[in-house]
Amino acid sequence: MIKEIAVIIVSVVFVNNFVLAKFLGLCPFLGVSQKTSSAMGMGVAVTFVMTLSSAITWIIYNYVLLPGDANIIALIFPSIRELGLIEVLKTISYILVIATLVQLVEMMLRKMAPALYEGLGIYLPLITTNCAVLGVALLNTTDSPRHLGFLQATVQGFGAGIGFTVAMLLMSGIRERLALVNIPQSLRGIPIAFICTGLMALAFFGFSGMVP
Amino acid sequence: MAEQDNLKEFTKGIIQYNPLFVLVLGLCPSLAVTTSVKNGLAMGGAATFVLVSSNFIISTVRSFIPREIRIPCFIVVIASFVTMVELLMKAYLPPELNASLGIFIPLIVVNCIILYRAESFAYKNKPFVSILDGAGAGVGWMLSLCLVSAIREVLGAGTIFGLKVSGSYQPAPVMIMAPGAFIVLGLLLGFFNWRKLRKSEKTMREYMKHD
Repeated sequence: MIKEIAVIIVSVVFVNNFVLAKFLGLCPFLGVSQKTSSAMGMGVAVTFVMTLSSAITWIIYNYVLLPGDANIIALIFPSIRELGLIEVLKTISYILVIATLVQLVEMMLRKMAPALYEGLGIYLPLITTNCAVLGVALLNTTDSPRHLGFLQATVQGFGAGIGFTVAMLLMSGIRERLALVNIPQSLRGIPIAFICTGLMALAFFGFSGMVP
Repeated sequence: MAEQDNLKEFTKGIIQYNPLFVLVLGLCPSLAVTTSVKNGLAMGGAATFVLVSSNFIISTVRSFIPREIRIPCFIVVIASFVTMVELLMKAYLPPELNASLGIFIPLIVVNCIILYRAESFAYKNKPFVSILDGAGAGVGWMLSLCLVSAIREVLGAGTIFGLKVSGSYQPAPVMIMAPGAFIVLGLLLGFFNWRKLRKSEKTMREYMKHD
C-alpha cells in the first residue's frame, strides 16, 4: 500500500509533472512565478484545492455519475441505473465543485493570511480556471486508464499539487536571476520564460522510465 | 460605416488582439495539442464553436445576470456548450483524433480566452457583434494553433497534414514532445515581439524625420 502511494507521488511529481510534461496550469505558472514567495503561496493554495477537489470529484464520479447500483440518483430515477450521467454532467459538476472550493479557500485566506491574499491578487479566483485542477479531476476519474480507489485518487491530486509547486519554485528561482541579466529586448518577459521552461522540461525528461 | 465596424469586431481578434501571440491566453491547449496540424484545426474549431455560442447566449441574457454571480453563470453556460461539442466530436470525428485531443476537449471549459471574451465583450455588447467577436477570437486562435503545429509537425515528424515533407529529412522527435513545444512557442512570441518593436522604432524614426 505504502509502496503504491510512493509510486503515485513520484510519478506525478517528477515523471509526469503536470506543468512540464502535461502542459496543465501554464497561466498561473507564468503569471505568478516572478517572486519565490508568491510562487510558494500559489503552490500551496493550488495543492489544497487539488487535494480536496480530487476527493470530492471521486465521490461524485462513483456515486452520482457512474451507472450501476451505487448510483444515488438511480434511487429516484431508475433509468439512470443503466445510463449513468457521465457523458452529460461530468464537466459541469466538476467545474462547480472546483469553483465552490476556490471560493472557500479565498475566504479562508482572507481571514487567516491577509498578506498572502493580497500577494496572490487576481490569480486566486483564477484557480477556478486553472486547467491543472480540472485536469487532475478528469485524469483521476473519466480519463484514468484504470479505476482508481478513493485514497489513490486523493494522493494523485495531492502529488499533482506538489509537482506544480516544485515546478513553480524552480521557475521563480530562475526568473529572479533572469531579472538581472541582459536579454535581447524582444525576448524579455514571457518568451524567455517559455524557453527556460522548455529547458526545464528537457531536464525532467531524465526522470522518464523511472516508474513503470 | 456600421458594416465596417462589424468587420472590425471580427478582424481585431485575428491580428490586433490575437489570443495566443498578443494576449498570451489559452496556453495549455496551444502547447498540448499542437503536435500535428490536424489536431490544431480540430481544437481550434471546437473552441470557435464554444466561443461563438457562449458569446451569443451570454449577450442575449446579459440583462438577467446579476453582476455578483456573473462568473459562475458564464462557466455554466460555457460548460454546457463544451459538453455539446464533446459529444458531437465523439460522434462524428475519427476516434484516434479524439484520443489525441484527450482531456483537452473538456478542458475548453477553463480556457481563459472564452471567459475573457464573455467577461470583457459579450457581457457588455449586443448579440450580433458578440457573435462576430467570438468568431474572430476563435479563428485567430485557430490560425495561431495551425502556425505552431505546422512548425512542430514539420520539424518533429517530418510531415505536414500527414504527408511527408522531404525524403532526406531526419525528424527530431523532441519537437513534438514537451520541451519542443515550450521552445517553439517562446521563440515565436519573441519573433512577434521583435516585429512589433521594429515597427514602433520605424514610426518613431519617421516621426523624428518629419519633426
